[in-house]
Amino acid sequence: MSAISREDVAHLAQLAHIEMSDAELDKMTGELGVIVESIASVSEAASADVPATTHPIALSNVFREDVVGPTLTAEEALMNAPDSVDTRFKVPAILDGE
Amino acid sequence: MAMHQEELVDFDVALEKYDPVLGFEVHVELNTKTKMFSSAPNVFGDTPNTNVTPVCLGLPGVLPVVNKTAVEYAIMIGLALNCKIAERCGFARKNYFYPDTPKNFQTSQYDDPIAYDGWIDIELSDGEVFRVEIERAHMEEDAGKLTHMGGSTGRIQGADYSLVDYNRSGVPLVEIVTKTIEGAGKRAPELAKAYVAAIREIVKALDVSDAKMERGNVRCDANVSLMLKGAEKFGTRTETKNVNSLRAVEHAVRFEIERHAAVLNSGAAIVQETRHWHEDTRTTTSGRPKSDADDYRYFPEPDLVPVITTVEWIEELRSRLPEPPAERRKRLQADWGYSDAEFRDVVNAGVTEAIEETIAAGTTAAVARKWWMGEIARLAKNADKDVADLGVTSATIVELNSLIESKKINDKIARQVLEFVVAGEGTPSEVVEKRSLAVVNDDSALGAAIDAAMEAMPDVVAKVKGGKLQAIGALMGPVMKATRGQADAGRVRELVLEKLGIEG
Repeated sequence: MSAISREDVAHLAQLAHIEMSDAELDKMTGELGVIVESIASVSEAASADVPATTHPIALSNVFREDVVGPTLTAEEALMNAPDSVDTRFKVPAILDGE
Repeated sequence: MAMHQEELVDFDVALEKYDPVLGFEVHVELNTKTKMFSSAPNVFGDTPNTNVTPVCLGLPGVLPVVNKTAVEYAIMIGLALNCKIAERCGFARKNYFYPDTPKNFQTSQYDDPIAYDGWIDIELSDGEVFRVEIERAHMEEDAGKLTHMGGSTGRIQGADYSLVDYNRSGVPLVEIVTKTIEGAGKRAPELAKAYVAAIREIVKALDVSDAKMERGNVRCDANVSLMLKGAEKFGTRTETKNVNSLRAVEHAVRFEIERHAAVLNSGAAIVQETRHWHEDTRTTTSGRPKSDADDYRYFPEPDLVPVITTVEWIEELRSRLPEPPAERRKRLQADWGYSDAEFRDVVNAGVTEAIEETIAAGTTAAVARKWWMGEIARLAKNADKDVADLGVTSATIVELNSLIESKKINDKIARQVLEFVVAGEGTPSEVVEKRSLAVVNDDSALGAAIDAAMEAMPDVVAKVKGGKLQAIGALMGPVMKATRGQADAGRVRELVLEKLGIEG
């Protein structure tokens, strides 16, 4: 029994704003299930005293001093914008959360 | 969409039946020189999309690098709020789709905030102290600024399109979240205002934020729910977003209490949703209900490594903390020689800093209090604004006061000058110049006005001659009228006595 249901995939697709056909949902349910199971095997291998990690290299406190660096010009910033007004990006009116 | 008129229950009536439960999320924009994850300048008010780097725009392949100063400021805020500082914490992606965030996620912290489990004592207007527990303070980044165009209201409803400025995108934020606040009762609105004021005071004293609410440096989301008195289970809450002045915080909490009570009294249920605050009508309207969109699929930010704090680092930062606000207030009151009542009024009016700055700029404590608690407070009340939003600065008061002391204007004219300053006509000196408000103490001009008044009122002159010096007051009216109120009253008296050959 896969840890991932078809409904889970449909829900994720909706959250990620990805349109998926029925066939794609079926395929992805199987593939995601395999991935989740594979990852779960890592948990089995790790003993309780191994802390969770989010980065492959054991680095910490990689900081930058608070010093201003170069910036883009507005023209450069807007170079790939489909539409703009003066120096601002123009986007369709989108209701919050829709 | 027709505006739905909300049913309300009178505040006092609502509080007889229900206990309000509060919670606040306050976002503080840090005043670092650069952004949270890029070296773009953190500056307010520049030409849109000029303070941006590829990181701020979420362009493909960019890598964030954490601003060390922002981390230190977050720790200082945590310490000032009596929080524990995490030995180790990390960043997480909060995923959502909205044009203010070009990466489609906000870099934030999830289950390991840098500061947690704190408290802050809030002093209410009568001196009662209310302790608010702090759940957490975490680091994150601000979003870009959307301006909704078209439609009639400038709001999102009915807008044709939106314009986006990413100058604010990536500005460092610290979000301070309270634990649930119970027991405030009818003082809930006042506590809400005092809490946000206290946070503002702290971050300003720490000098980690410009703390200007009108610029959005400090923004409050207010959670309100009601439960029947004696009940054990909390009611459903609503979250009123972006309440961005102290007065608005107070009004929004009050409004939501009155609205919740009406909904509950009617037997209906409160919908868990966000509410939009409208300053013009002092009401909230329904935003969006809690939904799938609130499933942010947080996951650890793979491009950033953990922040590990050491005791040495934390203690070094602790040593940079300024005098705690409560102790500072005690010291200021002693320095200024205000009575308990005077000082409490000053604190409640939110003008402690303004008075401190004004005194530092060169006036006496009495003069500073006279203006900030008097005419400025009156103008703010008339304009229905916060004193801070009037545009009066310590420099205004120092200048006004020096104009009075040099006898260029009198007290009465000074109050008019202040009104014109507030109306945006310039500095006090500029207003006096432009409107020709300088006091007339040129003796020839005054003399002519006095002669005319004495001629018109022979009976008054006779009384004065007869020794009733207080009768001079009757001459003052016509002289003031002739000089449009700009005569120096003391000088008028001297001249009258001189003309009658009486020793003052």
